[in-house]
Amino acid sequence: MSGPDAFRPALDGPAPGGLASDAAVVLRLEGIRKAFGKLEVLRGIDLVVRRHEVVCLIGASGSGKSTLLRCVNLIEPIDAGRVFIDDVEITAPNVNVDRVRRRIGIVYQAFNLFPHMSVLDNVALAPRKVLKVPRAKAEADALALLTRFGLEEKAAEYPDRLSGGQQQRVAIVRALAMEPDLLLLDEVTSALDPELVAEVLGVIRELARGGMTMVIATHEMGFARDSANRVCFLDEGRILEEGPPDRIFRHPTEERTRRFLQRVIEAGRLEVGAIE
Amino acid sequence: MAGTAGSANDPGTPAGGPGRSSPRVVGPPRLGAAARSTLAAAVSTAVVLGLLVLVVVNAPNWPAVQESFFNGEVFWSSLPAILNAFRVNIALFMISEVLILGFGLVVAVLRSLPGPVFTPVRVLTTVYVDIFRALPGVLVIYILGFGIPGLQIPGVPSSPFFYAVLALTLIYSAYVSEVYRAGIDSVHPSQDAAARSLGLSRFQALRFVVLPQAVRRVVPPLLNDFIGLQKDTVLVSYIGVVEIFRASQIKQAATFNFTPYIATALVFIVVTIPLARFTDWLVARDRKRQLAGAR
Repeated sequence: MSGPDAFRPALDGPAPGGLASDAAVVLRLEGIRKAFGKLEVLRGIDLVVRRHEVVCLIGASGSGKSTLLRCVNLIEPIDAGRVFIDDVEITAPNVNVDRVRRRIGIVYQAFNLFPHMSVLDNVALAPRKVLKVPRAKAEADALALLTRFGLEEKAAEYPDRLSGGQQQRVAIVRALAMEPDLLLLDEVTSALDPELVAEVLGVIRELARGGMTMVIATHEMGFARDSANRVCFLDEGRILEEGPPDRIFRHPTEERTRRFLQRVIEAGRLEVGAIE
Repeated sequence: MAGTAGSANDPGTPAGGPGRSSPRVVGPPRLGAAARSTLAAAVSTAVVLGLLVLVVVNAPNWPAVQESFFNGEVFWSSLPAILNAFRVNIALFMISEVLILGFGLVVAVLRSLPGPVFTPVRVLTTVYVDIFRALPGVLVIYILGFGIPGLQIPGVPSSPFFYAVLALTLIYSAYVSEVYRAGIDSVHPSQDAAARSLGLSRFQALRFVVLPQAVRRVVPPLLNDFIGLQKDTVLVSYIGVVEIFRASQIKQAATFNFTPYIATALVFIVVTIPLARFTDWLVARDRKRQLAGAR
């Protein structure tokens, strides 16, 4: 399956919200714990993500959303707990972490594009060096992916010539070029000017429609409400409440979730009257 | 007549008048300021240099010094031999530079390896860098150049040129590895994280993402170290390599005149100043780029 077509067959896959609960489990987290010094950031996280599912992590800054994503692809070593990808434990001692990471894409808040490479090289680097795809094919695939996301004119540019929204779209394309089974998005719109947020969210919505399995840490409550299959509210390193977006946003059962959403509404990030 | 013509023109250009006169009002004083500051710089430089020359030339023993340091005849007769010997310095410099760039990078990378497994490697490289930065270069050249051949191990080279290159490489790689290491440290860890997240191995992330950015940033300080290396090639004359300094000593001994040293000094000035200006230009260009990038 070549890069750009990788997501097409799933385009007519299950619509958000209508997921069969027997879909294969892509990601399973069991009791993830992580501390930075004395600061306990994750205090026992359990989470199951099934194929084609879009899971949004919401919660206040410092609640552990970003750290959780960085622990999933083992960029951040965990203190305790187990991570399974397709029912294989990747936290087992003799697992080749580099091989695991090929299958998990992650996009960071600050883009982290490689400034010394053109956009095309940014996208083609990992397929060439990790998957050993010949240069010509890797570049053709990269260009096709960039074209699909309206970035073909930027292929020869260097990242610092692009707007923040364009850079973040390139970062998403770079992750997609590895044809990951799971895509992690870490507050990908938080570093963007407000008018650039929509173009990036549009890309993520398209990926969701295409059936990409995603775990998304976000402050965009409107996006979480209309694009997620499931929303998890993180509070002090635990998943305090999770469920379909409709239930979490309209009928939160936990007092802390209610208070968090109230603050979000006051900040103008969610329509008034969303909570019943 | 000229005054009349001028006043006759003025009423003829009432519309263009203000438009043309406004750049003239701003223009001339600005130009004048620039010209004045250039003039001031030139005058003050000329005055200072002129005074210095006057002091030297009017020193009580100037004629004797002029004869033994600035003898035109000795200068021209010794120059060919000096330039010829300088080819040895160029060879020393070029070969050592390539080796230093490679070895310094290896040391820097080894010293940057994380984790307890690599502790012996880090300790070894740290000891190397510490020792060779602490030792005066001349001592290293002496010890290697006379000590190792003195062991008379079969198959070990005895050429002074070989030990000259070895000593210069060991001395300068210690400095250059520190420059590289500063460059590696200056690349934000998120770049490495992004590369590793894509599945690149530690080595691939270093090779394709971190080092290209690090090396680009340290080119000016590296060139600065190479200016030092270029000059330090004269130190190997102590172990019997006939290079420019040794050649000028020979000429000095033959003529009982110090002018060959002045000739050697001139050669270094002529070679080094362009490199120094090139380094400055690189630094200025990088700063401009950074400012442009921060827009």
